[in-house]
Amino acid sequence: MALPSMAEEESGKVDIPEIIFGHLGDSYEWHIAGDAVLHLPCIVVGKGGVDVFMSDKLEEGKEYKGYHIAQDGDYAGKIVTADGVRPFDISITKNVLELFIVCILLCSVVLGVASWYRKNGYKKAPGGFVGMMEAVVNFIDKEVAKASIGHGYEKFSPYLLTVFLFILTSNLLGLLPIFPGGANLTGNIAVTLTCAVTAFIAINFFAPKEYYKSIFWPNVPIFLKAPLPIMPAIEFIGVFTKPFSLTIRLFANIMAGHIIILALTSIIFVTAQMGAAICAPMTIVSVLFCIFMNCLELLVAFIQAYVFTILTANFIGLAHNE
Amino acid sequence: MNLLTPEPGLLFWMVLSFGVVFFLLAKFGFPVIVKAINERKEFIEMSLLSAKQANEKLASIQAEGEQLLADAKAQQKEIIAGAMQEKQQILNAAQEEARTSAQQMVDDARQSIRAEKEKALNEVRKEVASLALDIAEKVIGERMKDEAAQKRAIEQMIEKL
Repeated sequence: MALPSMAEEESGKVDIPEIIFGHLGDSYEWHIAGDAVLHLPCIVVGKGGVDVFMSDKLEEGKEYKGYHIAQDGDYAGKIVTADGVRPFDISITKNVLELFIVCILLCSVVLGVASWYRKNGYKKAPGGFVGMMEAVVNFIDKEVAKASIGHGYEKFSPYLLTVFLFILTSNLLGLLPIFPGGANLTGNIAVTLTCAVTAFIAINFFAPKEYYKSIFWPNVPIFLKAPLPIMPAIEFIGVFTKPFSLTIRLFANIMAGHIIILALTSIIFVTAQMGAAICAPMTIVSVLFCIFMNCLELLVAFIQAYVFTILTANFIGLAHNE
Repeated sequence: MNLLTPEPGLLFWMVLSFGVVFFLLAKFGFPVIVKAINERKEFIEMSLLSAKQANEKLASIQAEGEQLLADAKAQQKEIIAGAMQEKQQILNAAQEEARTSAQQMVDDARQSIRAEKEKALNEVRKEVASLALDIAEKVIGERMKDEAAQKRAIEQMIEKL
């Protein structure tokens, strides 16, 4: 989690909320360290067609091809046109780049492990990294997918594995404070929402007829479903609250972890103005707390990936065995 | 900045990336790994099973071998006992035969001796009778001339008889 040093204003005051929210949100460039900034390509689809340019064209409020970065309002920090309209913005932002890094990492790791099996066959037991990946894959396949879904779990196993490893990799990379990591990917609601939508598809689109019957005509006393469809309404809402809870749980957990670590780190900069006598002990406190929180977040990274996966598996299992 | 509003751009890339990653991994990644794990598991189970069977077979072969050995020993013992008995029987029979044949020989010899003796005695008797007749003839011829001598001779002979 790179702390943008430029958030420090001329007055010497540190704007902690801006640092924290600047990190939690997205940006068109990636601060690596100090003044080293990686400018990322902007891709906007507006009325004039598709425009592709590097984000340094828009630095410090500059305007390019009629686009600039809004300073305030609903779209603060985002690319808008001169009249304040937001175009369809599919820029490779910091989070998108992080997303690509996660995807490439995930693909290379899993396909690499798979190629080991293609080469060595099943009669040889892997060691080292491949062995570790095998343990993880086997755990999700058997203890999560098979245990929760039961018969026919093989169809869902690749999805659960993908989502588990995707969230886990994103969580872990998010904890890394330097370049290839540090973005707040799983703490972004767009990412968790997509994961939850895929879970929604996995839960509902492959369910048997009995599942839909249990939603729209549940096995309850007749006055609970006709003439007023009380239970069907509750069941129907439940269909959407399940993935919604998945979205919010992951998003809130990871975001909160990032906020706490950033806030604890910020203690050093807040107390810097109060003199060495306060700053020195508070720095120690801050570092100790940060170490503790990072350990905790490491745990949370695994737990949240696991919770998302096992809940999805359980929802699929419920849909299939009702 | 609203953290709770999903950004369309990120949403777009996320759907795309996640879709591609899922497609790639679900097609070329995880099935290979899971299949290999399952096959290895099956292979290990099969190996354990066949090892167990081989062990059982070995144990049964061992038991069979021991049984065979014990049988052979019992048979050997039986054969030896039978042979001993037979030997004893043969020995007994031979002894018996020898004894009977010896007895027979002795009996035969005794009989023939008795017969010979009888014969010899008869011959001697005959000889003695003829000798006595001869002697009597002679004596009678010589002494009949003298009545006294005749008398004496008869008396002497009677005395001798």
